[in-house]
Amino acid sequence: MQTHSAKRVEIIIEAMMERRLTEALLAAEVTGFTVLPVHGGSGRSGHWTRAGQIGRAGGMVAVVCIVRPDRLDGLLDAAFEVVESHIGVVSVTDCEVLRAERF
Amino acid sequence: MEFLSLALGNLTSPIILSFALGLFAALARSELSVPEAVAKGLSIYLLFAIGFKGGAAVNEAGLGPTLLGALLAGAVLSFALPFAAFALLRVMTRLSALDAAAVAAHYGSISIVTFVAGTSVLEGAGIASDGWMVAVAAVMEAPAILSALWLVARSGEGRSLDADLWREILLNGSIVLLVGSFVIGWITGAEGLDRIAPFIVAPFQGVLCLFLLDMGLVAGRGLREARAVLRPGLLIFGLTMPLIGAAAGGLSGVMLGLGTGSTMLFMVLGASASYIAVPAAMRVALPAANPSIYLTLSLGVTFPFNLTLGLAIYLAAARLITGG
Repeated sequence: MQTHSAKRVEIIIEAMMERRLTEALLAAEVTGFTVLPVHGGSGRSGHWTRAGQIGRAGGMVAVVCIVRPDRLDGLLDAAFEVVESHIGVVSVTDCEVLRAERF
Repeated sequence: MEFLSLALGNLTSPIILSFALGLFAALARSELSVPEAVAKGLSIYLLFAIGFKGGAAVNEAGLGPTLLGALLAGAVLSFALPFAAFALLRVMTRLSALDAAAVAAHYGSISIVTFVAGTSVLEGAGIASDGWMVAVAAVMEAPAILSALWLVARSGEGRSLDADLWREILLNGSIVLLVGSFVIGWITGAEGLDRIAPFIVAPFQGVLCLFLLDMGLVAGRGLREARAVLRPGLLIFGLTMPLIGAAAGGLSGVMLGLGTGSTMLFMVLGASASYIAVPAAMRVALPAANPSIYLTLSLGVTFPFNLTLGLAIYLAAARLITGG
């Protein structure tokens, strides 16, 4: 099976910022992404869990994008403008995809 | 003596004992938890029910100048309380201006769940209140956020009020649902309320018990995680500020000539601290402010205090100042 190199960007950010981040990605012409719920975790701001939360202030989401390597910088610039001052994690990993024309 | 019996009656009510159960379970590290979707569903139910009932009551009683005065007083109170809170925090604690302003915003805004618990206490005591106090609660959600942002702007921090932030402040889910259901109740009146009473009146207390069980769990988890931030000064602030807010609310009630029930609810609104709308706005507007400080204070200290002792204090005080 033929595979193609791509970059997988995972941004874990406060649920409050999800819409702002996805709008920034769309403005940067990153039209493909997946938003996943995050159940809980621990970091510099302490331990947290989604259980029982009624407000959006305590929750996090993961936004995952897979792009061609030449589009990575544009994506990171757009994302960083939103996430720079907020709690969260941005990671980039190499990955292989099928159907390269989709990315 | 009257206060003691009020306090005891409140402490042994199902809603307070449900909260205590949640608090105990979290502090004892029990695995008990309420799924997020269920918690959100319960909060939607409570907001819709309280808003609808308030609107239906206004339809019955009609609008008057007192309502407009109460709405204005509520907005002024919400604007003003953060300044008092900020000044207290700067004196009593070592918080930075940024963190103090973020905390202050919570104490100018309101907790709708404390308000709902207050209405339950009034019902239990057989004391009537004005249905439009729900509208006052809605009006008091947002102005405090603007005060806090102004306090931060003075120190050259924070962010400008863009369209996104205005939407966050004015159109957050709880305000939209509360105001929307209030308007629906107002339009449909007693007939509309009768149609859905089996859903929004009869089960209300039971749903409130489950919701407060969850609130107890969340508050307990927050307290367990954030003991490090709860310095004595902050703790004293979390117990003192609600009394100051309640006094300001009581004064507003007396100046407006409200009855005992509505004056007590004004005190509850002044005393309560937000833990839904304001934390969300603060995460957007002041991301550098430490959320564990303001969430622990509002949800872990002030909310339990108001539920367990505050409501009885405010009712006794409202009776005293209105002669009710």
